Amino acid sequence: MYDKNKIVTGLVIFVAIVTFPFWYNLGKAIPAPEPKLSEKAKAAKECVVPKVDMKSEHMQILDLWRDTVVRDANRVYKTGKGKTFNMSLSTGEDSCTGCHDNKAEFCDKCHNYASVDPYCWDCHIAPKEKKPEENK
Amino acid sequence: MLELALKGDKKYWGWVIALLAVIGVAFAVYLKQLDFGLGITGMSRDVSWGFYIAQFTFLVGVAAGGVMVVLPRYLHDYKAFGRITILGEFLAIAAVVMCLLFIIADLGQPMRAFNVILYPTPGSVLFWDMIVLNGYLLLNIVIGWNVLEAERNNIHYAKWVKPLIITSIIWAPAIHTVTAFLYCGLPGRGFWMTAILAPRFLASAFAAGPALLILLCLIIRKVTKFDPGKEQIQSLAKIVTYAIIINVFFLLCEVFVVFYSRIPSHMSHMQYLFAGLHGHGALVPWMWTSMTLMATSIVLLVIPAARKNESILAFTCVILFIGTWIDKGMGMISGGFVPNPLHHVTEYMPTLPEILITLGVYATGLLILTILFKVAVGVKEEVGGLKDSCESC
Amino acid sequence: MGNSRRSFLKVAGITALGIGTNPVLDVFASSGGNGAEPKSEVSQNEESLTAKRWGMVIDTRKFHSAEDLDPIIEACHKIHNVPELTEPRHKIMWLWGDEYKHVFTHREHELINDRIKHLPFLVLCNHCEKPACVRACPTKATFKRDDGIVLMDFHRCIGCRFCMAACPYGSRSFNFRDPRPFIKEENKEFPTRMKGVVEKCNFCAERLAVGKMPACVEASNGAITVGDLDDSESEVRELLRTNYTIRRKPDLGAGPSVYYIV
Repeated sequence: MYDKNKIVTGLVIFVAIVTFPFWYNLGKAIPAPEPKLSEKAKAAKECVVPKVDMKSEHMQILDLWRDTVVRDANRVYKTGKGKTFNMSLSTGEDSCTGCHDNKAEFCDKCHNYASVDPYCWDCHIAPKEKKPEENK
Repeated sequence: MLELALKGDKKYWGWVIALLAVIGVAFAVYLKQLDFGLGITGMSRDVSWGFYIAQFTFLVGVAAGGVMVVLPRYLHDYKAFGRITILGEFLAIAAVVMCLLFIIADLGQPMRAFNVILYPTPGSVLFWDMIVLNGYLLLNIVIGWNVLEAERNNIHYAKWVKPLIITSIIWAPAIHTVTAFLYCGLPGRGFWMTAILAPRFLASAFAAGPALLILLCLIIRKVTKFDPGKEQIQSLAKIVTYAIIINVFFLLCEVFVVFYSRIPSHMSHMQYLFAGLHGHGALVPWMWTSMTLMATSIVLLVIPAARKNESILAFTCVILFIGTWIDKGMGMISGGFVPNPLHHVTEYMPTLPEILITLGVYATGLLILTILFKVAVGVKEEVGGLKDSCESC
Repeated sequence: MGNSRRSFLKVAGITALGIGTNPVLDVFASSGGNGAEPKSEVSQNEESLTAKRWGMVIDTRKFHSAEDLDPIIEACHKIHNVPELTEPRHKIMWLWGDEYKHVFTHREHELINDRIKHLPFLVLCNHCEKPACVRACPTKATFKRDDGIVLMDFHRCIGCRFCMAACPYGSRSFNFRDPRPFIKEENKEFPTRMKGVVEKCNFCAERLAVGKMPACVEASNGAITVGDLDDSESEVRELLRTNYTIRRKPDLGAGPSVYYIV
């Protein structure tokens, strides 16, 4: 074939780049993690929507929440079952992190596994591991 | 046709590699900017737009200037320009790409740039700027490519290209008017709030763009076998002459209005630029240099003997380009932000990382220009571009 | 050879389009969803303060020096995690003080009376009726709520800073770098911002939503009053009826909602 050397070299580089995720992560495969619920979360029994829906839709729910709070000034979310939540990721007792107060055990476990890096925590203050001294 | 850009001599490849090196360095600096934030630039709370937006504003003009070859050729049947319309269109492509890169470089959250399309806001001039810039880029790519391909195959370009060409003639002043409208509709910025801003932008665009095109034509004649033509260059020079005279006239109109009325809030911006304000005068030498360069270029352009001498013309185009660049690229932005709405003076000077990223974007534009011009010249050399090969265009 | 490549591309294009419409149709098909469950609903807090048009009256007669402004500014900045940047170029200010000749550039003169000449005035976003910044924003990241407050949606801001150029009052600040290292005491009840977004006074919308007055009002010892400009019985309207007030750059037509009793 014409330009055999150039083509084969290019092909080798291409294959190396395309299969990068596989050989770079060789030996790092682990079973899917189980996020650990905090005591408060276990006591509450149910979240905003059933666990299965939360797992697949929590991104969309948060997206909807943030537009509703910031743009429409509505902060109270009442589920179909009558339970109310403060539509906030990180503010107050009945926000997401009010119950799920251990980021490393709950949020990060799945996010790290799925190699997802949500930028929420650039702004929203993640709950600290130890108890905060004062609560406004 | 792109394969024409892959065949070149040592000087060509040396130039391409040098550009890639500059782009590489600039990209590394841009990664640092993404990591640290725009704080590595010289911008401040008071002067919140700086070098990047200044370059974008100036280059929109250069892109629009490409229309100065297309318009005479297609609206007034000036056949001589038919030889170099492709150069004007390709220059426009390179310039608009640089504009878009500068805008991206200037964004605080560039990964969210798509929000402008996801949440269209027709009331915002920036929304329209996005549309007209990308539209103009698309127009020039489609037109340029089709016309060049047709020339290579020695046939007339397809019929549907003609309406696109006419559209691009109307679109070109539109892109620069919309860019001017970014500035001249803001109620708090007295330096920019002038009806003459859009006309002034256009005038300096039609001076700087064709001036650059003249320089590029002279370079092409020197390093390739394609000669854009003496008549073409002289016609461009006449366009540049009128445009720069009108540009300086508009500037003098602004000076009169501001200083004859003696309104302090209007005068303060010009005072800062040309004389310094409250002890701050970093831009004063730059502005006076710009005025001198533009005035000199007018003299050298108006004198026929100087204009017809291509060596002097080259020099004139260089000083004109630099002069208009300082006026629009540096003076206009700082002048608008200084003094700030509370009449405090915060000066702005670009930092080294900012300049490096700017050079990288310019290198990218030059690279695109080099590749496109190599293709165009390659086609013309193939077809034997001594005569205007497309007689029925 | 030429024709078959062209027809191949045509078929491939149409196939790609066909495959691409499947997810679109899926979305439309599934919007019925789980109809068995009762729907969820959103609402405002019961205690939230509402108004048709929020406004602020600052009684400058109650201030005498820059020290009087400090606790008010501190209250605002602390509660909102406003960083204290050391580099003056990168300073972020939601609320700050400046002299009369800088705040009221359109009505200042050399022979102004002594009290006003040296008095620091509080400067903040004016939450204009016709905000130039809202008009300029290409993504509606800065927007005007129905009750008159001009807010920032930090999730959407692309950091183009067009709003900063548009604001005639210089009220907006940009995060030129990550603000977190410069926040002395984080308030966990309010997020910080990230680098690359613009921010400004938000009229304490998050406090109004739970029935509290803005932080600056509470810290001002009665000097700042906030209320409904459209309610003729409100305290702000009473203050405006009985005192001479000025606004910043009124001739620009932006309709600022912050009034100063001088």
